Amino acid sequence: MNLKEWIFTTDHKRVGVLYLIGSMAAFIVAGVMALLMRIELSTLGPTITSNPSSYNVWLYAHGAMMILGFQIPALTGFFANYCIPLMIGAKDVAFPRVNALSVWLFYVGIILALLTFFIPDPPDVMWTGYPPYSTITAGNTALYSFTVLILGFASIIGGVNFLTTIAYMRAPGLTWNKLNIFVWCTLGAFVLQLIFVPVLGTAVTLISMDKYLGTHFFDPARGGDVLTYQNLFWFYSHPAVYVIFLPFFGVLFEIVATFAKNRVFNYNAVVFGGIGGIILLSGVVWVHHLYVTGMVDWIRIGQMITTLMISVPVGLMLIGLVGTLYKGSITFETPMLYALGVLFLFLIGGLTGIPLALTSLTLHLSETYYVVGHFHYVMAVAGTFSIFAGVYYWFPKMTGRMYNEFWGKLGFWITFVGTNIVFWTMMDIGVKGMPRRYYDYSHFSQFEGAHQLMTIGAVILGIGFAIALLNWIIGAMKGAPAGDNPWKSMSLEWTTVSPPPHGNWPSPPSVSEEWTPYAYDRR
Amino acid sequence: MNSIFKHWAATALITVSSVAMAAGGDGQSSGQAPGSGNVSKLQYLQKGEARITDPAPGWDYLWKEVLIDITVIGILFALMTAYFIWRYRRVPGGPEVGSAPKLSPAAAIGWAVIPAFVFLADDFFLAANGWVLWNKYRDVPADRLEVHLESGMYSWDYTYPNGMQTQNELIVPAGKAILLRMTSRDTLHSHFIPDFRVKEDSMPGRTTYLWFLPKEAGKEHVVTCAEYCGVMHSYMAGRVIVKTPEEFKQWYEAGGAAAKKSS
Repeated sequence: MNLKEWIFTTDHKRVGVLYLIGSMAAFIVAGVMALLMRIELSTLGPTITSNPSSYNVWLYAHGAMMILGFQIPALTGFFANYCIPLMIGAKDVAFPRVNALSVWLFYVGIILALLTFFIPDPPDVMWTGYPPYSTITAGNTALYSFTVLILGFASIIGGVNFLTTIAYMRAPGLTWNKLNIFVWCTLGAFVLQLIFVPVLGTAVTLISMDKYLGTHFFDPARGGDVLTYQNLFWFYSHPAVYVIFLPFFGVLFEIVATFAKNRVFNYNAVVFGGIGGIILLSGVVWVHHLYVTGMVDWIRIGQMITTLMISVPVGLMLIGLVGTLYKGSITFETPMLYALGVLFLFLIGGLTGIPLALTSLTLHLSETYYVVGHFHYVMAVAGTFSIFAGVYYWFPKMTGRMYNEFWGKLGFWITFVGTNIVFWTMMDIGVKGMPRRYYDYSHFSQFEGAHQLMTIGAVILGIGFAIALLNWIIGAMKGAPAGDNPWKSMSLEWTTVSPPPHGNWPSPPSVSEEWTPYAYDRR
Repeated sequence: MNSIFKHWAATALITVSSVAMAAGGDGQSSGQAPGSGNVSKLQYLQKGEARITDPAPGWDYLWKEVLIDITVIGILFALMTAYFIWRYRRVPGGPEVGSAPKLSPAAAIGWAVIPAFVFLADDFFLAANGWVLWNKYRDVPADRLEVHLESGMYSWDYTYPNGMQTQNELIVPAGKAILLRMTSRDTLHSHFIPDFRVKEDSMPGRTTYLWFLPKEAGKEHVVTCAEYCGVMHSYMAGRVIVKTPEEFKQWYEAGGAAAKKSS
């Protein structure tokens, strides 16, 4: 293995693997931050640090790394790169060198984010970076701005690349209505990135200009307005939730269809109602993040209704997923366990979002642990479980080897238990009033027991994830040969050898009239 | 196709009637005194009458209602999923591939439109309830004590109408609506009183408000900051101290005189 070949690669599979390695590194860092926070919170008052700033930096690093360093790059970087050309029967992406540039930028972004731990005045502005604090803190807000800008730019050029690839490089006979659901989902995610990332770029640029160049966009004393930032930020960052949600649901569809050996239930409703509906609604719900900021009433009420309406496309996708099990022939290998686990975790996460959609209930729930528990269920945990499901699922394709099934299943169950201990407890004490982002909860001492329970849960969760990571590393080095199509999937990526060579197929594939990625039942 | 249209009509009817039920709860009155612990649905839906309607018990009621709603949906979905997982597991000697029927165009549309209407019906039902309670939170009773709040890193500074000032201690009379008009001198803060189920951000350059109804004299309620405001965010706490109207009056007048003397 030649390091230079990997760094200068333009092969979409290698670019994908680079994305996977980088995003998993970010995940480990974010996980360590989470454990540090949980240990700090295991007693009232100071535990392992007496400096609240350290806690705030961990909290910043955890959020920024999970969202910008792990979930978005793993889903729209790794899975999109690795799977899309293989699923549509293309030799590579449309612009391989641009693709290489995007992974380089991603690594620059990760390195910038890691600098947080090596500079004397690390950013402590949370991943949201709200002014006025972000413009007056002693922490380095510029590092935050540049991390976001670089990762955003990587994402935009990735988006251009994949939209072109999907539109122009499908194999002969592979029409739009035969695309894998994952390809549709990623297409939707990239459409959202292209529309909304520039808004986030604007927002973080403006806070750095306010802080370092003396402008006053968010300074009310000079005619600015602090709420402008929050509007700009969430105008991107709510759609960003769907940038994570869509691809991870796409991964689930691939896995559930393969292990149920079934066609996707109501394909058109999933694609046009589900993915299309989310794209249409995603840009008009951001005010639900600003329910307690004194925004005018009509927009808080209006976006309460649009937020509740998100249940329609998401519900259609969930029905599609559960419907795919109907009359299936289901087996329960590790990827399927993770995928089915997500069905239940996502159900909890999605439904607990409904109270948060209601402006009046949010007056109590907003900025409490309830919110933290909810978005961890619906996005962090559901997304991470899906990423783990997907890595397990395509592991034989990437490496040509098989992971250890026993340790895979054990890792899943440990993680599943740990997750529910942490985040269920979190929602419970949130409803009772525990506010988020607290280094010390001395005036809420009644929650000490719950915090200790969550610390134990977090350790269990960490053990489960560590088992999965070790399982991959050991499996990649000395797993048993897996064969080209161990899951007997119909999807196109399994028709080439494992791992696929440069160019993917010896001669370009074409598909027949009756083929679809889910055509198991040939009656 | 015919049956699908029947479903549509039924669902639309449910939607309309549930919205109407939720929004039109006024006109019926319950004779309960304000602040009694036993709150009926109608009580928090009432609007426009002279007596004070406290949003906090309304919050508890709506929370319970929404919790029942999402629990029922969640259990139905989870049971169906669990049943499918168990029922269609692969058994030795059974079929190797699934055999889900291909949906006809009518069935495909039905499976999209009917669930969409069912979800929308529930959405609008909840939205209507949430909106009604929202109006309670935003309509401040005319008979009220209006206190100005300026938040700063890391304290709550209250100014009473007579010029008296307190820090981190909001002393209020029981049974009177308390309105806080809030602003901030530095970063964002959020004045959160968990016991009264209410919070609202305070920020520089804008004035926001919240109100609540303290009931029991002699009680203290935690005030805490709910919006990340800086290094010492988690230490930014205060108290609402409820006194009887007489005690409050005494304290207020004594303090007011002192405030005048010092200025």
